[in-house]
Amino acid sequence: MLVLEDGTSFRGRAFGADGTAFGESVFNTAMSGYQEVLTDPSYRRQVVTMTAPQVGNYGMCDADAESDRIQVSGFVVTEAARRVSNHRATSTLRDDLAAAGVVGIEGIDTRAVTRALRDHGSMRSGVSTEVLDVDELLAQVRASPSMEGRDLTGEVTTAEAYDVDAVGEARFHVVVVDYGVKRRMLRLLAEMGCDVRVLPASATAEDVLAHQPDGVLVSNGPGDPAAVTQGRATVRGLLGEVPVFGICLGSQLLGLALGAETTKLAFGHHGVNQPVQRRRDGVVEISSHNHGFAVLADTLGDPAAEPHTWTTEDHGRVTVSHVNLNDDCVEGLACLDVPAFAVQYHPEASPGPHDSRYLFDDFAALMTDGRTPADTIVGSGTTAGA
Amino acid sequence: MPRRDDLTSVLVLGSGPIVIGQACEFDYSGTQACKVLKEEGLRVVLVNSNPATIMTDPELVDATYVEPLTVEAVTRVMEQEDVDAVLATLGGQTALNLAVDLHEAGVFERLGVEVLGANLEAIQTAEDRQRFKDAMAEIGLESPRSTHVHSVDGAMTAAEEYGYPVVLRPSFTLGGKGGGIAYGPDELRTMTAQGLHDSPVSRILVEESVLGWKEYELEVMRDVADNCVVICSIENVDPMGVHTGDSLTVAPAMTLSDPEYQEMRTASFAVLRRIGVETGGSNVQFAVDPATGRQVVIEMNPRVSRSSALASKATGFPIAKIAAKLAIGYTLDEIPNDITRETMAAFEPSIDYVVTKVPRFAFEKFRGTDDTLTTKMKSVGEVMAIGGTFRESVNKALRSLEDGRVGFGAQAPLDVDDDTLRDQLRRPTATRLRSVDEALTRGWSVDEVHDLTGIDPWFVDQFLQLVERRRELRGREHLQALDDELLRTAKGEGFSDDHLALLLSTTASAVRARRHDRGIRPVFKTVDTCAGEFAAHTPYHYSTYDLDDEVTESTRDTVMVLGSGPNRIGQGVEFDYCCVHAVQALGDAGYETIMVNCNPETVSTDYDTSDRLYFEPLTFEDVMEVIDREQPIGVVVAMGGQTPLKLARDLEAAGVTILGTSPDAIDAAEDRGRFGALMADLGVAMPEGGVAHSPDEARAIARGLSYPVLVRPSYVLGGRAMEIVDDDASLDTYLATALADDDLTSEGGLSILVDRFLEGAIEVDVDAVFDGTDLFVGGVLEHIEEAGVHSGDSACTLPPITLSRGTVARIGEITRGIADGLGVRGLVNIQFATRDDAIWCIEANPRASRTVPFVSKATGVPLAKVAARVMAGESLADLRAAGLVPAHDAISGPRPAHIAVKEAVLPFDRFPGVDALLGPEMRSTGEVMGIDTTFGAAFAKSQAGTGSMVLPSGGTVFVSVANRDKRSIVFPAKRLADLGFDLVATDGTADLLQRVGVEAGVVAKVSTGDTELLELVADGTITLILNTPSGPGTRDDGYQIRQAAIAAGVPVITTLSGILAAIQGVESIRTDGMRVTSLQQHLARMDEAPGPAAPVDAADSAGAGGSTPPAVDEVGVAG
Repeated sequence: MLVLEDGTSFRGRAFGADGTAFGESVFNTAMSGYQEVLTDPSYRRQVVTMTAPQVGNYGMCDADAESDRIQVSGFVVTEAARRVSNHRATSTLRDDLAAAGVVGIEGIDTRAVTRALRDHGSMRSGVSTEVLDVDELLAQVRASPSMEGRDLTGEVTTAEAYDVDAVGEARFHVVVVDYGVKRRMLRLLAEMGCDVRVLPASATAEDVLAHQPDGVLVSNGPGDPAAVTQGRATVRGLLGEVPVFGICLGSQLLGLALGAETTKLAFGHHGVNQPVQRRRDGVVEISSHNHGFAVLADTLGDPAAEPHTWTTEDHGRVTVSHVNLNDDCVEGLACLDVPAFAVQYHPEASPGPHDSRYLFDDFAALMTDGRTPADTIVGSGTTAGA
Repeated sequence: MPRRDDLTSVLVLGSGPIVIGQACEFDYSGTQACKVLKEEGLRVVLVNSNPATIMTDPELVDATYVEPLTVEAVTRVMEQEDVDAVLATLGGQTALNLAVDLHEAGVFERLGVEVLGANLEAIQTAEDRQRFKDAMAEIGLESPRSTHVHSVDGAMTAAEEYGYPVVLRPSFTLGGKGGGIAYGPDELRTMTAQGLHDSPVSRILVEESVLGWKEYELEVMRDVADNCVVICSIENVDPMGVHTGDSLTVAPAMTLSDPEYQEMRTASFAVLRRIGVETGGSNVQFAVDPATGRQVVIEMNPRVSRSSALASKATGFPIAKIAAKLAIGYTLDEIPNDITRETMAAFEPSIDYVVTKVPRFAFEKFRGTDDTLTTKMKSVGEVMAIGGTFRESVNKALRSLEDGRVGFGAQAPLDVDDDTLRDQLRRPTATRLRSVDEALTRGWSVDEVHDLTGIDPWFVDQFLQLVERRRELRGREHLQALDDELLRTAKGEGFSDDHLALLLSTTASAVRARRHDRGIRPVFKTVDTCAGEFAAHTPYHYSTYDLDDEVTESTRDTVMVLGSGPNRIGQGVEFDYCCVHAVQALGDAGYETIMVNCNPETVSTDYDTSDRLYFEPLTFEDVMEVIDREQPIGVVVAMGGQTPLKLARDLEAAGVTILGTSPDAIDAAEDRGRFGALMADLGVAMPEGGVAHSPDEARAIARGLSYPVLVRPSYVLGGRAMEIVDDDASLDTYLATALADDDLTSEGGLSILVDRFLEGAIEVDVDAVFDGTDLFVGGVLEHIEEAGVHSGDSACTLPPITLSRGTVARIGEITRGIADGLGVRGLVNIQFATRDDAIWCIEANPRASRTVPFVSKATGVPLAKVAARVMAGESLADLRAAGLVPAHDAISGPRPAHIAVKEAVLPFDRFPGVDALLGPEMRSTGEVMGIDTTFGAAFAKSQAGTGSMVLPSGGTVFVSVANRDKRSIVFPAKRLADLGFDLVATDGTADLLQRVGVEAGVVAKVSTGDTELLELVADGTITLILNTPSGPGTRDDGYQIRQAAIAAGVPVITTLSGILAAIQGVESIRTDGMRVTSLQQHLARMDEAPGPAAPVDAADSAGAGGSTPPAVDEVGVAG
């Protein structure tokens, strides 16, 4: 049974592990990539409903895992595949969920769940194969903690620092601060010639700078960015000292470090079809999203002379480099006076389109000559599509 | 970027007649494009030879040219209209090929006309397989290994290198025509010869086989700012080797992991960029090796396609509409998404249901042809269904097909041994799914079935789950023993009430009653492009057994129109046209309109057409669930052909109000006894005949009538298995065949109608609207072929050419009598036969007919719209007062200044081996219209419009006629000689011609073993064949000539009246050339200059000279 905080309940069939779990309910509209979703640390303590009709068809593949375990607390689908078919498959969705002790439910009207979340916003929820009384489970849901104000990075970050070697000749030395990093980011960095040092979420700016990196990637991660106080401090300490590239939570931490506020979105962006417009040339990227919070542009500082640009208290100007065409939400920030930029979405994809992989090249450019993509924004003088 | 301001006038090219591989999806896309361009304030000019299209409705664009899609005609249009640009990417392969031809003829350059969307370079790169392959290699994408050859020897060499089988793909053909798979050298030799011919550039690609690989398609859009999006991914359940149009396909892709899908997506964008599709939609096809995941690009279409129509319906994203906007300069981020309103077209749809498309075939009409599915498309239509899972969706799709199956596995077990079954699984055919079911029922494993068929194990397992569920259901034996949970589960897997009734030995109504009693009802969900992420404003719904229903209440009275289901021979786009008109007219009358249909190709299933759209099977169960939910005040069943009509009685019994003609009146028209009684009352003759229940009875009736007689099974539609038999022996042969065919014998055993055949009579079709008081005759159509050729396959002319004024008036009176006698409210189509002054009524159908769109285009009166208003209760007098109906009808009104000729388009080129003779069984897939001021010019245009029957302006004519036609051929032959044609004939005919002073060369009969004649046909020396068949011997000879002609694309005319009409056509071409006139100009002329009502007197038709209209004689234009 699935129960939402507002009392809506859905009965289905259990698959995966037996048990009871709580988390924030979100829906994801990707039609492929369930494994990447399940293993994305940013989905920590969330109950994910997939809108795709039949899930698990191509099985699970070790190479596609984004972390060492399934991260979601519950998984809700219309139907989980009985037969798996794909030459890459190494196991099945059903088996992996069971092995990970994660509760899955199928036979749910996932569109009804989606519409409920769309209309009421994300809600706390519970999934259970044991508590089958709505009121009882609802009481437990209401007693469970809300996502707002929660720092969950500690649950997903690496315990120990570790290295990932560059593929081929090393061009850069990069530190990744792991707030719940997806493996694909590390792999892409390695493939572009980065020797990567991954530090745990507890790392301070001094810890990072001690490695004398060419650049720092501030990773994605779960929970409320405003609660990740260590992360905010770390990023603030890095600004102006070293090129910084933030992704997802990393983008919010950059915003917070610049003095902005973040807000919780009604039901967030969870999917692989979100149109993001790159302001410097108006091009639309179809992008992979997984965020429930976003930076509020108006809180970045005072409006600057350039369009969509604000002057922050301590770090000069920052421009909103990317915007979501669906809801005008801030999707990218680029500092004009310090070498730092970030995007709220997932250029590494996994799952999702590869339209935005160029951002890793931008990071390389930033590390090479300190040229931020923001130069392009101002230099081009256009705000096409704005 | 905003819309370009340097364009004022755009020419849109349509796709011409419905043919296999190119159906009404291009009316859907073209109509969307025309609407968009008009809304943008452009002057829109359209050329399309197909009158049965919404896009050729005169009010849609500024100038509608129903003219042949030829270089000559379109050049004239461009000269006359001074257009700035042409849009050729929305009219299928026909429009694209025409654009290439116009470019090569230098027309665009000369007139300074720009080609929008994909430029010529892009089209040629995409179409030319070698250039395409090279382009793919340039951008690092793999293709199957291949070589272009210009000869059979070249093909043999290539095949030896790759190993058999090899795939053959001729360049520049549509729907994969002429292509196929050769398993060995012999097959390769014949197929290459055919393919080289079919290719306009005599070139064929021999390719490494990727048979059995998984097949995918991506529908991609690109704008001028280089934004690219995938609208839909489609997975073919039938693996590579079967044309995608013939495959069962599913959206979204079900068995691709995200890394694989993203690789494909990225590659598809690279393909569009490299090929140079500047703006618009394209379709990119991939094959994936299931063992390794290796992806190869198979092909791309730089235009909207059948798949893009499917993708639009599957996702709710209107590809053609957006493509038209992109073509005139907008970018994706500037175009709002109609459905969500608050988001933009720059995104990728996400769908939360499974869409299944199943093709519909017509092999039963083309006996003698190989029914193996290959890379050459053979299906004539398709259905789409939407469900919560693949199982629900495929079951809904299968029952939408209307082929008697009520779901997957709803049939008797196959009586074949395991080895045969194995062979059936290996060979893709229209019926392979049935063998899959049989194998799984026998307990064969998923892997074994996968190995034999190449169908992905995931899909095989879905089928297995249905087999297992069926077994579980059957185990319950009785409905009483069926628990609610199992019933709900079965409904959720798409089991129909009919199927459950079969499994539980009960009736569908008992199952339905039980369901309703327990509240097991479907809910209706919304197709919204975004999987529910944003609120939808477009009520486009599908049913599924789930929790949450999304239908909102109507505020106005609603009226429901039932569509016509899959296109098939005998029931095609004409009926969709009528349904769309009904929806439009009822909308104009203030009703909220609801459309129910399951054909993704159509305009009717565009969510923009009706106020509410339900994409559902047209079965009683599915339609009733929608009716229960929507509570319309009435339902229109008379517009969609037999499909909705056959539901009328059950709907009425369930308390539904049927608008227009009552089910009882429909029955009165179909019931031989009741209709016969009415005819007797009216004093109208009918062909004599009777119903036979045994061969003896049939022989007795036939002898009583005297041969020849027309025989057909009762209760079989579309002239199916209808034949004319000349004697006892052929009757016995016919009966033996009919008895052996399960499809043709009804439950009660044999039931054959035997009718007197009206030899030499002219058939006449009448389309009229009756409101209970007034009759409005839309058109009286005279068939050019004699009685005996199915009305759907014969050419016809409006107004009639040879009927006397008296005959026309009498036909009008009888029409009124029948309409009144039956109790028609709305449309009625009546078929007559006339010979001398006698008139017989053959049949009356109180519903929309195939000819309604043609009549509407030719006369400017939207007959279906008028009928819909009458059905909803308005009178013709009201409508006349409102200016919707003209003062005079086709009988009382003036004779128009123009003549319109309708010609049928036949698919013989797709079915090698089938004789191209016309008969009482309909086999045409579509139609074209020729319209001009003289019959000859209109006829010539209609022939040019077919694409395959284009009359020559010179060359050599081969003449071979039956003895009875020898006298009649003299003058036509002489006329041809006078016009400068060379004549050749077999010795008998040549001798005759020489005796009357017409010079004619002699060629030996094919039956003598001499192949000179066939060579002359094959090498293009002979440009026209006049061949009327007589006895069986010449039939064989004629058969070979006709096969050769079809292979070579040379027009063959097999009836004398066809020959006479053709000669008038040829004359007109020689003397006047091609004149083009828009429908708007024709109709304006009609309003300005009303002449006297003066049908030509019958006496005029007696002669046989070049200026003579078709004679009352043996008739039939082979097409």
